[in-house]
Amino acid sequence: MSRLNPGNVELARTIISRYPRPRSALIPLLHVAQEQEGWVSPEAMAHIAELVDLAPAEVLGTASFYGMFKREPVGRYVVSVCTNISCLLLGGEELLEHCERTLGIKPGATTSDGMFTLEDVECIAACTDAPCLQVNYRYFLRISHDEVDALVDDLRAGRRTDEVPPHGTLTRIRQDIRPERWVGRGAEGLPPEIR
Amino acid sequence: MAVSDRSPIVTTRFERGDAHTLEGYLATGGYAALRKALAMTPDEVIEQVKAANLQGRGGAGFPAGAKWSFLPKDVFPRYFVVNGDESEPGTCKDRPLMERDPHQLIEGLLISCYAVRASQAFIYVRGEMALAQERLAIALNGAYAAGYIGKDILGSGWSLDVVLHWGAGAYIVGEETALIESLEGQRGMPRLKPPYFPAAKGLYMQPTVVNNVETLSYIPWVLQHGGEAYAAIGTEKATGLRLFALSGHVRRPGVYEVEMGTTTFRDLVEAPVYGGGMRHGNKLKAFVPGGASAPWFYPEQLDLPLDSSVVGPAGSMLGSGAVVIMDETTCAVRAAWRLVRFFAHESCGKCTPCREGASWIEKIMRRIEKGTGREEDLDLLLDVGDNISPGPFPRPAVDGEEAVPFPYKQTTICPLGPSTVSPVHSSIFRFRDEYRIHIKEGGCPYG
Repeated sequence: MSRLNPGNVELARTIISRYPRPRSALIPLLHVAQEQEGWVSPEAMAHIAELVDLAPAEVLGTASFYGMFKREPVGRYVVSVCTNISCLLLGGEELLEHCERTLGIKPGATTSDGMFTLEDVECIAACTDAPCLQVNYRYFLRISHDEVDALVDDLRAGRRTDEVPPHGTLTRIRQDIRPERWVGRGAEGLPPEIR
Repeated sequence: MAVSDRSPIVTTRFERGDAHTLEGYLATGGYAALRKALAMTPDEVIEQVKAANLQGRGGAGFPAGAKWSFLPKDVFPRYFVVNGDESEPGTCKDRPLMERDPHQLIEGLLISCYAVRASQAFIYVRGEMALAQERLAIALNGAYAAGYIGKDILGSGWSLDVVLHWGAGAYIVGEETALIESLEGQRGMPRLKPPYFPAAKGLYMQPTVVNNVETLSYIPWVLQHGGEAYAAIGTEKATGLRLFALSGHVRRPGVYEVEMGTTTFRDLVEAPVYGGGMRHGNKLKAFVPGGASAPWFYPEQLDLPLDSSVVGPAGSMLGSGAVVIMDETTCAVRAAWRLVRFFAHESCGKCTPCREGASWIEKIMRRIEKGTGREEDLDLLLDVGDNISPGPFPRPAVDGEEAVPFPYKQTTICPLGPSTVSPVHSSIFRFRDEYRIHIKEGGCPYG
C-alpha cells in the first residue's frame, strides 16, 4: 500500500497534460496505480486525487464503477473465463468448472499462494474463438482443458512471463509523443488552421 | 447461394502481421488517402462520406456523414472520439481491426477529424484489450514521429493531437454519452436526452463526434475510391461491406467481411467461405442476428438479407454485426438466462426500471433454470419486462403471428434496459413449452 513512485508521478503528469481537463486522466492514472501494486489501494487513490485536484471520494466513486479496478489485493495472475452466450454454447461453463478444479478455488477467490485469482466474466470479445479466457487480459483462444493445466503449470513455475506480465500491467508500450510534435491546442476556442 | 466475390476492404492486411508498424502500413498503400484528403477542402471530404452512405457500425446504424452534419457551425473546441469499447456479447470485429490494422483506423480518424475540423481526438479502447492498446500505441508513436499526427501534418499546415485512452471494464460505456462521461473521468452512465446527439453537447459539453472503430476503418477506402464507388457496393439501402462476427454452433466460426444487402443469414451460416454449415449437421434452433440486445430470429428468418431496412421491420436488428447460432441441443432458457445475467450485471443503475427490473428478471430466470420456478413466473417475467419496455415487444413473424417491428419502446434513458427483455421475450415467445418443462419437472431437461 503506497503512493505512486516518483517515476509514476512523472508518467501521471505526462498523461494529465494530454487532456483538456485533468479529470479525464483519472482512469488511465488508476491503471498506472494498479500496475505499480497489482491493485488500487486507498493510498494510491488519495495520491491520484491530489494529482488531478479531486477529493479522494470522487476518485473512489469513479474507480468503483469499473470492474477492472481491484480495490483489494488479487493474485499475480487473474484468470478470467468467459461464460457468456458464444462461449456458453461451446463449453465455457465446463471450462470454468475445469479451472475451479485445477486451481482449487471458486470464482472470486485467490489461491493460498497468492498466484491466481479466478473470475467468471462477461464477454471478452473473442466470441468466434470460443471457449476462451484471459490471464491478466492476455487472450487464450479455443483453449482446451489440457492447455489450461499446462498454462497454470507454466505460470506457477515462472515461465511465459513475456506473454503474461503480472496483474496490473496493461500496455507494455505506451503512447510516446515528442514535445516538438505535440500541438496542445485541444481546449482552444478557435477552429484549427486549415490552408 | 449468392456469395459475393467482391474483394475485402478493411481486412486486406489482417494476415500480414506487420500492419501495425508504419513500414508495414506504408508498404500497402497506407496514408495515400490522407494525402488525398488534405488536398481537398474539409467540406469536399464530408461530401464524399455522405455520398458513400456509410452506415455506422457501432449498433445504431446511423450514417456517419449525417452524424457529422449535426455539429453546430463555428463552435470550438470540438472533439472526435473513437468508440473502441467493443463489449456487446457475440461481437468481436473491432478488436481485430485495432490489433491487426491500427493505422487504417488512425488514417480514417485523421481524415474524419480534418473533415469536421476537430480540435483534438481520443481513441477510447476497451480496458480488457491489452494487445489492441499496445498495437495502437505502436502505430500512434510511428505516425506521430513520421509527421502523420501532431504539428503541421505532412506539411499541410493542419495540426491535430490524437490521444490513446483506455477504459476499465464497463459494457455501458459503449453507449456514446456514457463513453463521454467515462472520458471525463466519471462513472460511465448515459446522459439524459435531449440533446440526443453529442454533436450538440458532448465532451466537456462541447460539440463531439463519436464514431465506431469499424466505421472509421472504411473511411480511407471511401476517400481513395470515392463515395459513389462505396455506395455502389451492396444494395441501395444496404450499402458497402461490413464485418460480421459469426459464433456459436457453426462449423467455421469467424469474423467475415460480407457484402450488405445481397448476402443472407443463410449464406452466412451455410456458405463454405463463411460458416460452412451447422456443426455436426445439427438443426438450427434460433439465432441472434445482431448482438445480445437483438430479439432472436428462428429458422424462418434465415433467408432475410443483411439489410437493416429489412431486418428492422422483420422484428430485430443487425446491431453490432454479431450473429450467434444456436442449434437444437441448446436450452433456450439457459441461453436466455445467461444473456439476462449479463445485462443485470452491466446495468449502470441510473434508471429504476432497468436497475431493479434487470436483476428481478435475472433472479426469476435463474430459479426457473435451476428447477425452482413457479407456474406464475412466465407472466411475471413478461410483466417486469413490460415495465422496462412497454409492449408489444419486437419479434419476427412466425407460427401465423405477424412481426412486431424493431425498435423497442423504453422507459429508460438508454437501450440497455429493453436489451434485457430481448432474450426473455424471444425465448418465451417461441419456446414457452421449454419453460413449462423446467417448471413442471423441476430442472433443465438439457442437463
